[in-house]
Amino acid sequence: MSSFIDYTVNGLVIGNIYALLAVGLALIFGVANLINFAHGSVYTVGAYVGWAAITFLHTPLPVTMAIVFVACGIVGVLIERIGLRPLQGRARIAPLLATIGISFVLDQIVQLVGSPNPRAVPSDLPDWRLTIGGGSIGALDLLIAAVGIVSAGLLFAFLRFTKLGFAVRATAQDREAAQQMGVDVDTVNSAVFAIASALGGLSGLLVGMYYNHIDPGMSFQATLKGVVAQVIGGVGNVPGAIVGSLMLGLIESYGIALFGTTYRNLFAFVLLIGFLLWLPNGLFGGRSALATEPLTGSFIAPSRPTRVPKWAILALTIAAFALPLAVAAPYLLQTLTNAWLAAMLALSLTLIAGTVGQISFGQAGLLAIGGYASALLVIDLGAPTWISIPAAGLITSALGTLLIFPAFRLRGHYIAIATLAIGEIVSLTILNWESLTGGAMGITGIPSISIFGHEIYSAREVYWLCLAVVVGLALLQTRLLSSHLGRTLRAVREDEIAARSYGVRIDRYKAVAFAFGGFGAGVSGAIAAHLYSYINHQTFDSQLSLLALTMVILGGMGNVLGAVLGAVALVGLPELFRVTAEYRILIYGVALLLLIRFRPQGLLGAV
Amino acid sequence: MTRLLEIQGLTRHFGGVTAVKALDLHVEESELVSVIGPNGAGKTTTFNLISGVDRADAGTVLFAGRPIERLRAEDIAELGLARTFQHGRVFANLSVEDNVLIGAHTRLRAARFHWPLLGPIAELALALWRPASVVREERALREEVHEILTLFGDRLSNRVDQPAYSLSYANRRRVEIARALALRPRLLLLDEPTAGMNPTETAEMQVLIAALKARGVTILLIEHKLEMVMQLSDRVYVLDDGAKIAEGSPQVVRNDPAVIEAYLGHSDLGRGATAPVETLASRAWA
Repeated sequence: MSSFIDYTVNGLVIGNIYALLAVGLALIFGVANLINFAHGSVYTVGAYVGWAAITFLHTPLPVTMAIVFVACGIVGVLIERIGLRPLQGRARIAPLLATIGISFVLDQIVQLVGSPNPRAVPSDLPDWRLTIGGGSIGALDLLIAAVGIVSAGLLFAFLRFTKLGFAVRATAQDREAAQQMGVDVDTVNSAVFAIASALGGLSGLLVGMYYNHIDPGMSFQATLKGVVAQVIGGVGNVPGAIVGSLMLGLIESYGIALFGTTYRNLFAFVLLIGFLLWLPNGLFGGRSALATEPLTGSFIAPSRPTRVPKWAILALTIAAFALPLAVAAPYLLQTLTNAWLAAMLALSLTLIAGTVGQISFGQAGLLAIGGYASALLVIDLGAPTWISIPAAGLITSALGTLLIFPAFRLRGHYIAIATLAIGEIVSLTILNWESLTGGAMGITGIPSISIFGHEIYSAREVYWLCLAVVVGLALLQTRLLSSHLGRTLRAVREDEIAARSYGVRIDRYKAVAFAFGGFGAGVSGAIAAHLYSYINHQTFDSQLSLLALTMVILGGMGNVLGAVLGAVALVGLPELFRVTAEYRILIYGVALLLLIRFRPQGLLGAV
Repeated sequence: MTRLLEIQGLTRHFGGVTAVKALDLHVEESELVSVIGPNGAGKTTTFNLISGVDRADAGTVLFAGRPIERLRAEDIAELGLARTFQHGRVFANLSVEDNVLIGAHTRLRAARFHWPLLGPIAELALALWRPASVVREERALREEVHEILTLFGDRLSNRVDQPAYSLSYANRRRVEIARALALRPRLLLLDEPTAGMNPTETAEMQVLIAALKARGVTILLIEHKLEMVMQLSDRVYVLDDGAKIAEGSPQVVRNDPAVIEAYLGHSDLGRGATAPVETLASRAWA
């Protein structure tokens, strides 16, 4: 009984923290029709600003909170100014991708300024606890509850009684009409980003105090939790976001009580998928979120792809194959090998996100499936690697398509969220299915690749193998695109209604694309597993998915050659110029922002 | 003559508005039937219901004797019904040729299989392997597409490889019609094929539709340009506020008091100075 009360209190406290995040996301979605993926980064910024104020300025708590509130509000205004305003009138996925770029940049800045190691946030709250029935409530619990309730109250008053709040609600209902009536929608957007980010920052500070622990990696999970809470309450619905957050907090808390902490996130994502599929408008419906989505979430700017002459491609390919003969430096070859592995992933994603228009944020989940499949086939069943790797490709193809299949009816932003969640679910399943995957320990001692008894071990041979696979996959994909499937997949991307009216079965062709793409990604994961000899559930994380998306956008969505080029540019070049890891992510973020702003069709043009 | 399309009691509500009210309509084989009526009369909704893009709240739709009101758009296309869209829904980033080839999607025999699960796998394998039968089929379809495009004179045939987004509005409408013809439809639904076209282009389109009719294509046409409707149609249905207010030969409909009332009697129509009213007043009733 006592532990039940403790878990309930804990659930409500965490729920309150999620609510501060989710309310901001809901407000932003309301006025800007955007899921702000930088929101979790603002939360991290809030935590670090608070930590810095307490540690260096020794500010009392109310002052700390005020500093965090103002600092994060300013960050919010900047996000709106950089990530959103210049992209008005673009494809609806464009600002979303921009916020991902911003989150890369913010996270890296936090890491560079605040050190990548976790920090403790000292709290000057009195150390008393109130005992209720066997459980207890501490001062911090009450503070968090109070902040939650007061913010909700102030927000309600702001939206209900102030002129600006009125303008916010009008803009959320109908942006054009509000503009016609003289509402300065840019100011509204700015104000909403400021408020949302200020609340998000407070949430970060409170979390830091609650767990007495902050680290730069916490932002992504925070964004995800906010998104889950929002989907539960209904996307864009402010009261719904609060109720959704409290529910999520309680469900997680009880779930942990029953199954253990490693299941915490699994609950969140399974809940997310469940709601997306069966209750896409959330518990409180409100606005019909799904109906207002555009037909395709594609990010295809009208463009003509650059035609690269065949001889040039042939020459480049020959040069790439000949390179190890000229250069013996293993470092260069290993770097390019990593680029080829990334190219396999980018090829698969450019087909899914570019050709068929299903922006996937969970592509790295396919790598994980492929890696584990091949490793387990070899270790548990004694299969030779030349069988296990293609088999892993086929398993990934089948399993990946099966996992995503229920989400095929989702559109635009929702397919992006669903793929993100599916990617996380894959990773969390690996973590929790210990009997098969070794759980958090991962798999060690994965044998290296051998073909008919010949072990492929030297940097040179590995390089050739990976390059050959990339060339093979690229040729297959080019052939696919030149068949009737190429035009059919692109028609699905362009206009689902028109395609269906001409007999094109949307689900069938999405499945074909995911199956084909899944094979390449699975093979990439499998080869990587054998090269690394050790993998765990975090080897292929969601950051890799987003990096792959950046490669694909850089090369030009749907562009086969572009995907390879994007992989070489983003994996190979920073490595060759010896850019350290922290700055690399910063470069990716800036590259993504610049691309979306100035060259959405990518280097070689979208196909 | 057999009834190719037979609609009974078709009804569709949107919230409190009844867009289509208990509509009865039929089209005989090889007939050209027009549906006219003021904006908001429920014409396009009717098309959406027939073609499976939208689902009716009540009523039956028989296509060649088969109920299709519960079928999905892709299944209805498979049965041989093609439609164009009022505002044009060409595939913007696809070339003119690819747009029209999508129209022939339901006719792919060598490249496409209907079995569940194994069908898509076989389709993928064949697309990569490409045996002679698939190559032959694709070549034949491409030739046919070029033939279809010549129907539009040189307006499309010298833009075969251009992406559809680069075309003029009128040319996109032509691509729509070409795409619909590539399905070799048993019934062709044309939703305002001349919208956005100047008088010369409209006259061209009228010649084209007349030629299709002469070839025996069965057509259900929504059109605001009444002169064209009167010249082309075997029969005309007039809708207003979702309900049928008149039907019959062009001559009968032209003199029906309810029709004149619907077009000219609406207090809100004259003020809007919409094209159809002007066309109607200045031409058909002149």
